[in-house]
Amino acid sequence: MVLKKLFSRAAPPPLRMPSGCFTVDRDGAIVVSTLPSDFPEAFVREIGRHVRETFAEARAAQLPLHELIVHYGGLKIVARELRGGALVFLSPVTLISPARSAGDRIP
Amino acid sequence: METRHKILLLDDEPDLLELYREMLGQLPSRPEIFTATSGPRAMALLEAHPFRLFICDLKLPKMDGLQVLSIVRRKYPALRTVVLTSVSDEQFRSRVYALGVDLYWQKPSSDQETRMFLECIESLLGRETEEAGFRGVQSKSLVDLIQLECLSQSSSTLRIINGPLTGRIWILHGELVDAETEGVTGEEAFRKILAWKAGSFEILPPEPEHPRRILKSCNALLLETAQALDESAGAEPTPGESAPRPASRLATIAQGEEVEFVLAFGEAAGGGRFEALGLENPERLAQWLERTLGRFSTLGEQLRAGPLEQIIGLGLQRHVALAACGDARLCIGWRHSLGAAEVRERMKKVLATWS
Repeated sequence: MVLKKLFSRAAPPPLRMPSGCFTVDRDGAIVVSTLPSDFPEAFVREIGRHVRETFAEARAAQLPLHELIVHYGGLKIVARELRGGALVFLSPVTLISPARSAGDRIP
Repeated sequence: METRHKILLLDDEPDLLELYREMLGQLPSRPEIFTATSGPRAMALLEAHPFRLFICDLKLPKMDGLQVLSIVRRKYPALRTVVLTSVSDEQFRSRVYALGVDLYWQKPSSDQETRMFLECIESLLGRETEEAGFRGVQSKSLVDLIQLECLSQSSSTLRIINGPLTGRIWILHGELVDAETEGVTGEEAFRKILAWKAGSFEILPPEPEHPRRILKSCNALLLETAQALDESAGAEPTPGESAPRPASRLATIAQGEEVEFVLAFGEAAGGGRFEALGLENPERLAQWLERTLGRFSTLGEQLRAGPLEQIIGLGLQRHVALAACGDARLCIGWRHSLGAAEVRERMKKVLATWS
């Protein structure tokens, strides 16, 4: 039992919501990112892909958009269209500061 | 025979589970305690027993606490849920509350904290599961609250919050002085506020200088309002009767200020695949909306970012807001002159009235 305890690894905490931004080009490549390195790159690519596809499909549906804001309970995604690519801001939503986050325009 | 409530504890540390089992077993209501060391095991136990309360850690191997909780909240919405964790992080706290968890508690480190934790658990076990009522006085209606204030000759300002709607009722020496909500005041505002079935309230200091707009006595006004509510409840269709067509609800939304179009799917579409008002060729837009909502719901689950609340798209010609509300999925086109925050607030109000 003691040996089992010694060699068992403590469970990691759940994934933290990242704070930062990244740029994805029209081919889906991540050009630059300020996101923490422990945030999985696969997720960054996935967010970039969804955002680009949403912009492209909106254009095809004759509803051109230049900005997309996705509100989750714990995360806010703000994406700005960049000629086929996108500049994407991610900011965790906390009880202390639910409204202001990276990507918000300064009045 | 009195039934004992069942509590399920999920933590990956067996020693801690034993300790909590012992502590919780000594609560005055003598609940039955079940334990699990992994998410899948907890899910299996939840399938097998009618639990009253689920206590969960966040740090778990393979399937973390947030994943377990998001499934549990979806499958068992009436189950009371508590997070008991050593993770002290504001971000996790807000994500947990966004999932609809009742309580976020850091693992107690002193006798006093343990005592407080146990008191909270006992209180959660005793609470009725019914959702109606005002937070803090779960089984009381707003009428009860006002009567209480008036009978005790109190002076206060009640601030009542129901989703995005806020109302105020001014009471001075046990008499109703004024009410205010959604741009209306006096008796009309009072009736509107009293129609709310749930929400939260806070008692603010009295404002003796506030102008008097309600001249009727508290009891007379409460009686009138109760009668009006009864009549409107009687006018609602019984299960045998047909409900008003969802299209008429869409029309009400479409008449709203700054609304350019409305598109609805699912239950909101009145039987069809989708229903639209103010759009000439809604088919392509409908496809985009369905795909966008589906895509970002899946992404939210992958990221464990909490429930998808709204998607807002800003365009040069118009803005759009998308959201799911129960079985219904709604998309509203808003005038370009609105800002993103205004679109979000207006959409919240639409969703609050829709549900």
